[in-house]
Amino acid sequence: MNKVVEIRNLSFNYPDGHRGLKDVNLVVYPGENLAVIGPNGAGKSTLLLHLNGILRGNSTVKICGLIMEDKNLKEIRKKVGLVFQDPEDQLFSLSVFDDVAFGPVNMNYSEPEVRQRVTRALEWVGMGGYEQRSPHHLSFGEKKRIAIATVLSLDPEILVIDEPTSNLDPRSKWSLVELLQQFPMTKIIATHDLELVDALCHRTVVMDEGKVVADGDTETILGNTSLLKDHGLAPPNP
Amino acid sequence: MVLTPANNWRVFVFYFCIIAVLLILSKLPPFYILKRSLVIFPFVLLIAIFIPFFKEGEIAGSYNIWLWQVSVTYSGLFILANVIVKAWLCILTLILLSSTTKLAELLKGLRQLGIPRVMILILSFMYRYIFVMADEVMRMQQARDSRNFGGKRLYQLKTIGNMVGTLFIRSYERGERIYAAMLSRGFDGQVRTLQSLRFKSADAYFGAVFCLMLVFPCVIWW
Repeated sequence: MNKVVEIRNLSFNYPDGHRGLKDVNLVVYPGENLAVIGPNGAGKSTLLLHLNGILRGNSTVKICGLIMEDKNLKEIRKKVGLVFQDPEDQLFSLSVFDDVAFGPVNMNYSEPEVRQRVTRALEWVGMGGYEQRSPHHLSFGEKKRIAIATVLSLDPEILVIDEPTSNLDPRSKWSLVELLQQFPMTKIIATHDLELVDALCHRTVVMDEGKVVADGDTETILGNTSLLKDHGLAPPNP
Repeated sequence: MVLTPANNWRVFVFYFCIIAVLLILSKLPPFYILKRSLVIFPFVLLIAIFIPFFKEGEIAGSYNIWLWQVSVTYSGLFILANVIVKAWLCILTLILLSSTTKLAELLKGLRQLGIPRVMILILSFMYRYIFVMADEVMRMQQARDSRNFGGKRLYQLKTIGNMVGTLFIRSYERGERIYAAMLSRGFDGQVRTLQSLRFKSADAYFGAVFCLMLVFPCVIWW
């Protein structure tokens, strides 16, 4: 079976010496909705940054069969749409259009195609008509949606999202969850919001101190209260 | 306007009329324009205030200040007045431009005028994040004030120094994250943009008429 993500024995240390990841093994199959949960500082974000080569550790990371190396980088970044936790970092242009168009323009698509991709991506996240707005003046929930649109415009095969529901009020959160449920591609979501995991993901990986401590289907993991308590994750309400 | 001879005051009146008409057309509140245009005077005065003292010519008055005798000349005063008038007309034009054009449009225009893309990118980042940073400073101040900031002056300086340092590190890290977000979307060091401004016939007419208006007074009053 073809694997969209294949990571073997990945270790990574930050330049200042502190440990990011230790012996991480992860295989993700097409169409899976994978949650990566763990307490703050467990290495979730660090792991996500390895999925499109922003960070590179000592082992081979394969994305859709492509080995992570310089010549494959562009192709991999087209396949992996990485959404950062703070939309303020993701939205760096003066208009929503420019932000959503940034990826497609970098891929050298023609102008009509770029425009079509922007319109489609914005409509997909329910933000059609926001093209000329300035990202600074949007609400936080709107910024989150547009941040997702900025990678959807590249038609990624894997959608990787860091903390999609942090700082959202319950209404915005659940409407975002509904939105994510509609996306057909493989999703990898780092979070400690167990409600989100329960609603969206079939498979869950638990990380702590840079290591994968558990990997299994969501029901089993969320049912294992002692595991969750050991790693600083409260169990969901019964 | 910069090249117009100083003694040609009619030209300046004419230019002022053009700018005034455009300002009226722009429907900006006059008081707002006036207030903003005053900002330029301290800078101009700082640079130009010494001209009347150094320029040689017919003496308008001389004063004894402590040990020195200084004299002001007519031609020097004339140049000072001229510098102030030119600076004021320039700032009025700038206010007109910046209050009627969105910065995004302005940058696109500059791009089409041939300013390097990297410069445009830097300007656009600056404008995008200056408010984010201002918010951050505000939050830091609120956090400081809620912890009862006070005490000795030296201690205050230290706190402010720490805040500046923290702000610098946060901005630096934000820069790193933004760059990572750019890389994730296929950025490879080359800045690409869509050509989205069109040079319409209205722009051509306005440009032509405006150039004529600029040249016209110089020709008849030279």
